[in-house]
Amino acid sequence: MQKVLLTIDKISTFAGQAFSWLIVGLTFLITYEVFTRYALDAPHNWAFDIMLQMYGTLFMMAGAYTLSKNGMVRGDVLYGFFPPRVQAALDLTLYILFFIPGVTALCWAGFYYAGDSWRILEHSSITSSGPPIFQFKTIIPIAGAFILVQGIVEMIRCVLCLKAGKWPSRIQDVEEVDVEKLKAIAQVTDADIAKLDEYVTHGKGGGK
Amino acid sequence: MKKEAWFGISIMALVVIGVFVMMPPFAQWTNGHLGLLMLAMIVIAIMLGFPTAFTLMGMGTMFAFFAYYSQNPSLAVTQTYDLVAQRAFAVMNNDVLISIPLFVFMGYLVERANLIGQLFKSLHLATTRIPGSLAVATIITCAIFATATGIIGACVTLMGLLAFPAMLKAGYSIRLSAGVVTAGGTLGILIPPSVLLILYGATAGVSVVQLYAGAFLPGIMLTCLYIGYIIISAKLNPKTAPPLSEEEQRVKLPRFAEVISRKTSNVLVGLVGAIKGKRNADVPMKTLVTHLIIAVLPAIAGALLVLVIYLWTTAPTLVDTSGLQEMGSATQEQTVEPSTETGGLQELGAAGGLQEPESAGGVQEPPAEPAPAAAAAPAEAPKTPVAAAPAPAAVERHPAPPVFWITFGIVAVGLVIFYVIFTFARLEIFKMLLGSFFPLALIILGVLGSIVVGLATPTEAAAMGSFGGFVLAAAYKQLNFTVVKESVFLTAKTSAMVCWLFIGSNTFAAAFALLGGQEIINTWVKSMDMTPTQFMLLAQVIIFLLGWPLEWTEIIVIFMPIFIPLLANFGIDPLFFGLLVALNLQTAFLSPPVAMAAFYLKGVAPPHVTLNQIFIGMLPFMVIQCLAIFLLYMFPAIGLWVPSLVYKG
Repeated sequence: MQKVLLTIDKISTFAGQAFSWLIVGLTFLITYEVFTRYALDAPHNWAFDIMLQMYGTLFMMAGAYTLSKNGMVRGDVLYGFFPPRVQAALDLTLYILFFIPGVTALCWAGFYYAGDSWRILEHSSITSSGPPIFQFKTIIPIAGAFILVQGIVEMIRCVLCLKAGKWPSRIQDVEEVDVEKLKAIAQVTDADIAKLDEYVTHGKGGGK
Repeated sequence: MKKEAWFGISIMALVVIGVFVMMPPFAQWTNGHLGLLMLAMIVIAIMLGFPTAFTLMGMGTMFAFFAYYSQNPSLAVTQTYDLVAQRAFAVMNNDVLISIPLFVFMGYLVERANLIGQLFKSLHLATTRIPGSLAVATIITCAIFATATGIIGACVTLMGLLAFPAMLKAGYSIRLSAGVVTAGGTLGILIPPSVLLILYGATAGVSVVQLYAGAFLPGIMLTCLYIGYIIISAKLNPKTAPPLSEEEQRVKLPRFAEVISRKTSNVLVGLVGAIKGKRNADVPMKTLVTHLIIAVLPAIAGALLVLVIYLWTTAPTLVDTSGLQEMGSATQEQTVEPSTETGGLQELGAAGGLQEPESAGGVQEPPAEPAPAAAAAPAEAPKTPVAAAPAPAAVERHPAPPVFWITFGIVAVGLVIFYVIFTFARLEIFKMLLGSFFPLALIILGVLGSIVVGLATPTEAAAMGSFGGFVLAAAYKQLNFTVVKESVFLTAKTSAMVCWLFIGSNTFAAAFALLGGQEIINTWVKSMDMTPTQFMLLAQVIIFLLGWPLEWTEIIVIFMPIFIPLLANFGIDPLFFGLLVALNLQTAFLSPPVAMAAFYLKGVAPPHVTLNQIFIGMLPFMVIQCLAIFLLYMFPAIGLWVPSLVYKG
């Protein structure tokens, strides 16, 4: 079971990471556009649409990736203090109660929404000769499907956790605050920190 | 179960009891009451710890279905679907939120450029004479680093690794050290370019540009209040922040500087003397010339600043505005030859002004040439002629007004004082600042300046900032595939987190509006007959309390749509409200028991530093934040002056 879950994790991660490179494209596209507009006085009327499409695709497709890494923001007042079984039970209930209706609606609605757009081969109306946006709208059901599958994986994880009493492992990924890496950047070792304790305990005794 | 869990459960119980007390009996329920119930349920559901984006999305979908079903059962499913898809697409097509991934990306790249250590060291050496110098340096480092990166966790952790040990070793009290690191690290939330303000702008429909222009001064004010507090408390109670020993204050000089400084400690005299005379034969000429160039940089920056101000204040007024807007147009060049030239010059000056004088000039000149004023000066440059256009045509330059001469005098005196006290030790500090402080200040001011002046949209400025992040990382030889890859992935995750949350809240807000919950709240608030001050106070207290169980992202995307429509009743400017909210939410990072900053610091602090010590250390800074909110409320000009300056009329 764990193998299947990790494989789906990997697929979500791969898709999310592949699309996340759009941010580099976006940076350079806008930089180039700023250059052509201000320096060459030759702006492109498609640029704005393309920027939006890159941004929209980027974050939609990264949704499942983020979910697979447990990166979606949670209210952490209580959750962190619960034992794993309680966490899993809560999560499972709420996945069924909130996640499934919401995301299924998103998939279905997105499917018809994109279908309508395909039927008329819709183009953007921001500028008179806007680029096509039907492919962009297609992202909604695709990203929805990815996130739905990932959600089902998460639900199975909850079940596994309910059985075993501890959360099944995930694949490691880059983290925003990676303390070990930051320690390396600051060139501080655990021994240094431990040594500091002297000042703390000494300060307490001597100061008062 | 732990104390914290009980704390959370009691908050939840309070919400539930509150709902029962406030709600009318079940028989009298309308759709609007369903909306209110929905609001209470969302607070509870979020506190249960389920990913907020999906809680909002699911609840929004269900309640939207109820709302539609109560009107027309046959159409309910299609209408709900349409709503969900449209809300999602609206977020994908949102031209405000598009800046979020770009600013986040810029932050990660700048973080990886690994400047913070050097920044801290150079600022620390530059401030040695001030009481509590290490703490002051920490605050400034945090303000700049957290602003450029916007990553609170990394900033607090890094400062916890760099500054915290340094302060403990210097004999600073644990409380003060902890408070400084945590308070400083959270400054990035407020000072633009911050993601919080983008999110508020997108939710409240306030221009992000104005928010950025408005939040700048309050951010600076808060930083100054922190520094003021540190200096005063270090003076009053030197035990908590003892001054550094002579030895620690000394700057290590390179060999050539030692040789020269034996004769004279002044840089200019020493360097010129050394270049002229052949006495110091063992010092290579190239080193001397390079250092001389570095040494005259402030003078060049000062001269540029004066030049820009001169061009700005004496710019000839024009009749034809269209010509000025398009500097390159050929007809204009032929007809009004001199004015076009000055126009061109202005542009040059403005471009230079944005980069050089503000960052360089503002910081190293002893009389503290106010940076915002400098920013405003080039800012106005391209605009003023347009604004002054209706005035009669005068091709000659205006005589320089007194403002110019005053500025000129200040800059000149500043530079003279600067060069008189410019010793070799200070040259070394200046070189270090040049390598760490100025590049970051340049990026921040470049991004902010171009947004506020109106040269670029926030999106464009964010992209240029990311590009600047690339350049910065490359310049510090930190740019490699791993760094870019990790930054890209982190950016994707953070943007997905924020934007999916926005999809959820968008759906939720639509359902809430459909049910008419907003109307009930509106009539209810109106019936309470509050004065604007009371309402403002109540709103801020509610937001502050929500800051305990919820994260700032959730507060902004869920509760701002409820507060914003109420503002019009009381005649409160949403821009001003946004600034207050931003200041307020910053305190959420420092208020126990869920103060994230404290936990980040605890993660890297020595084991005997307890969470309680950190919390107590944060308290004075929280008080200062409340003072800052109070000041901003009493003197709204602090926040609204810059936007009104830039967007007058």
